[in-house]
Amino acid sequence: MSTQDLAPNPLEVRGLGRRKATNRVMEGLAWLSALIAVGILGVVIFSVARRGLPALNFDLLTKDPIPFSLTNQPQGLANAFVGTIVIVSLATLMALPVGILVAIYLNEFAPAAIRNAVTMILDILNGVPAIVIGIFVFGLFVVGHGQSGWAGAFALACLMLPLVSRSTMEILALVPNALREASLGLGVPRWRTTLSIVLPQTVGGIVTGTVLAVARVAGETAPLLFVSSFVGTQTSWNPLHALQTVPVAIFELSESPDPADHARAWAAALVLLLFILFASLSARWLANRSRRKITGR
Amino acid sequence: MSTAELSADAARRPFTGRRVRFGDLALQVVAGGAALGVTILVALIIWKVIEGARLSIQTYGLEFIWRVAWNPVLGHELYGAGSFIFGTAVTSLFALLLAAPISMGIALYLTELAPAVIRGPVTALVETLAAVPSVVLGLWGILVLGPALRTTIQPWLHDAFGFIPLFGPPSSAGASIFTAIIILTIMILPIVSSISRELFLGVPTELKEAGYGLGVTRWEVVRGVMFPYASGGLAAALILGLGRALGEAIAVTQVIGGGVGIHWNLFSGGDTLASKIAASYQGSTTKLQTASLIYLGLILLVFSLIVNLIAQWIVRRSARKHGIVRGGHA
Repeated sequence: MSTQDLAPNPLEVRGLGRRKATNRVMEGLAWLSALIAVGILGVVIFSVARRGLPALNFDLLTKDPIPFSLTNQPQGLANAFVGTIVIVSLATLMALPVGILVAIYLNEFAPAAIRNAVTMILDILNGVPAIVIGIFVFGLFVVGHGQSGWAGAFALACLMLPLVSRSTMEILALVPNALREASLGLGVPRWRTTLSIVLPQTVGGIVTGTVLAVARVAGETAPLLFVSSFVGTQTSWNPLHALQTVPVAIFELSESPDPADHARAWAAALVLLLFILFASLSARWLANRSRRKITGR
Repeated sequence: MSTAELSADAARRPFTGRRVRFGDLALQVVAGGAALGVTILVALIIWKVIEGARLSIQTYGLEFIWRVAWNPVLGHELYGAGSFIFGTAVTSLFALLLAAPISMGIALYLTELAPAVIRGPVTALVETLAAVPSVVLGLWGILVLGPALRTTIQPWLHDAFGFIPLFGPPSSAGASIFTAIIILTIMILPIVSSISRELFLGVPTELKEAGYGLGVTRWEVVRGVMFPYASGGLAAALILGLGRALGEAIAVTQVIGGGVGIHWNLFSGGDTLASKIAASYQGSTTKLQTASLIYLGLILLVFSLIVNLIAQWIVRRSARKHGIVRGGHA
């Protein structure tokens, strides 16, 4: 009998080899998962760029589409780009002040019970599917009045509102209480403390939240299908009429059997994607900067 | 001293003049009004959707929910949500099944394995995936992914596992429930993984170190310490992902191919509640059809409200649980 059998190595735990193997497999799977996610993003961006770049030119941004064109006249999606600019700007003008006011009320004034209840309602609003928002605005404004850019802007504002409110609330909560107390201690009334001491601290965070919300709704199709989609091919800046938008245009072109339409859809998708990626990345950068400024870290 | 100077002085002095309290009251009323407005907005959404669906509710009642029919031919009109509820359930549950392990893997890689240098960039890339608009993902799905799946994975799965009804013969169009499942998986991956990542980051280091101190492997710490600690939050993250999958309309409409009826073949077409509504945007022929489409929207709204409230309830419960744990330490 060898000494090893009498006194087994205490470090030689039973099944250690198998456990280590399991660990290695699981680590490999986690690594693979991250690779899958990054790979999908790469493939999507590459596909859009490869098919969109050849069709991308100034005509896309400056020329209107020509319906049933048989000639090879240059045509673009200017009406859609103008429509998206008009509708998203109006939506931001509606959602931004209301969203900030809601956040101020919840963070600075509301009793805990009301704060919890309204925060929950904001989360519910955030969870309402975009297509249901479309149906709602259809029933509210479009039935009996017809589609309009205003109705589209209102639908997008409904989607932006909870995003703006939640991000403003998060940044308001970061403002140190000492700042509020110092201001109140100097005899500054509460409303002035809120508007001229607390709020300026949060500008960076509010801008970040707004940019993210704009990036999110600029690509939304579902809420606009029912409220601003029956459009002509002329560029229009007038929100009293239905306006074409980039996502709705991509959606319609993607369902078309004509490869030339697909080419324009890819080009428009590329422009939309670049805008949204640029907006999200700059929002990320802004967020880090403003958080550092407030918390000093 | 003129009266103008006097009143300016009074305004500057705190806690006395009426104007000071008026400012506080005004801001509170305006901001409170905005908060009340949000509450009214949500109530209005529910009310308007019910109102829009009223004709269909009165005509068909609750039977609408399980009837498998969508016949807009005049004189033979008959509508029901059965096949769309089935389509919604199949697509979002399979997408969740695929997304759950992958997103946990991503979150674990980002919190436990990734070297510090690539942690930030990979986190940013995964979050960028969430920013890709659904219409762009749908465009890619119908023109690139769908045809690719139809000629590669689908025939392979059909040949190898054709005896399982899920893997029937691929449709010729390239649009299928399977493509919709993959697209939905891509959409919910970044949501679930970013919430999971935050949950894993929140696991106290001393708990993990206690595990490592016992000599267990990294995976055993994940399974024995991190998963149980974050379980409530992980469940909520998955449910939020489910909510996202339920409500997605555009990308699904583009790739799913359409169709009424209940069948288990993932490789042929179908429709979900949201995709059926979106596909019918070019107008309906009758008031009853419009009301029935809105009825589908009402069912979808109810589903998403339930899913949302469950997720919120879980988050609150697990926050309370961890609050107690932390209180115990102090």
